[in-house]
Amino acid sequence: MKNILKYLVVGFIFGIVLTKSEAVSWYRIYEMFQFQSFHMYGIISVAILTGVIGIQLIKRNQIKDIKGEAIVIQDKEKGSARYWIGGLLFGLGWALVGSCPGPIFILIGAGFWTVFIVLFGALLGTYLYGLLKNKLPH
Amino acid sequence: MEVIFQTWPWYFSGFIIGMIMMSLIYFGKTFGMSSNLRSLCSIAGLGKRVSFFDFDWKAQRWNLVVVLGAMIGGFVAVHYMSDPSNVSINPETIKQLSEMGIDAPNGKLMPEALFGTQILQSPKIIFILLIGGLLIGFGSRYAGGCTSGHAIQGLSNLQIPSLKAVIGFFVGGLIMVHFLLPLILN
Repeated sequence: MKNILKYLVVGFIFGIVLTKSEAVSWYRIYEMFQFQSFHMYGIISVAILTGVIGIQLIKRNQIKDIKGEAIVIQDKEKGSARYWIGGLLFGLGWALVGSCPGPIFILIGAGFWTVFIVLFGALLGTYLYGLLKNKLPH
Repeated sequence: MEVIFQTWPWYFSGFIIGMIMMSLIYFGKTFGMSSNLRSLCSIAGLGKRVSFFDFDWKAQRWNLVVVLGAMIGGFVAVHYMSDPSNVSINPETIKQLSEMGIDAPNGKLMPEALFGTQILQSPKIIFILLIGGLLIGFGSRYAGGCTSGHAIQGLSNLQIPSLKAVIGFFVGGLIMVHFLLPLILN
């Protein structure tokens, strides 16, 4: 139970911060891609900066995880086509409906019921990828 | 108390998001939201038809709990921590949007024109939301991650594949906002 609780708490904070920073807002995503505000760029940059420092600290000090095991962060698979094409398609969707996978769930939780349509589309897209996976260049 | 209701500044929010990823790494996990979409497909029984969904989703249950927490967080933030001063975007942006028929935020997170319940009577808007979702789901699985997995965790771990994906995200986003969205909405 305690095991589950920590994930719930982390998720809860994630939901609050993404909502209160307005990173879940369609308007903020549009504004970002119009280069009309620094807000979203600031959020993403500081998150990455925090992560770079944190991960370097873990690697250099060989910090163990909560169970006392060595922390290993898997490298992403090598490749190009999947990242360029997949990334491009994702970006088109992200800017169209103004939400990425985390915010889709957060917005539904917040009571924006029409976002269920986006979630349904996202599940359909995930299914489609599963179907076509072996025919696509990676 | 005031600070709870205002828009949270980027430096604070970015730091907390970074720390959320660090917490998950400390728990021996990774930061990635789109993987949950694959788990949901597997729970729906699609593993019987498509091998990509034939995996042990129960090992990913922790991530679904993160999502559940995030949904509760979204509920609390919207219902108990909001203020009409929120979403004060650039006036220039508001002007551009009104020319495309998108209402100004006035404290709302989402435009009524695209997400209000009246859109259920508009096949066009329903189609837009569906296609947007489809691109997000397909694209994130094809690229092997989304904003959390690639932009935050991947770049934090200095991964070149993630850099390619994130450049892809931004090129796609710029094409949509500058060229396609005006055509779609007009």
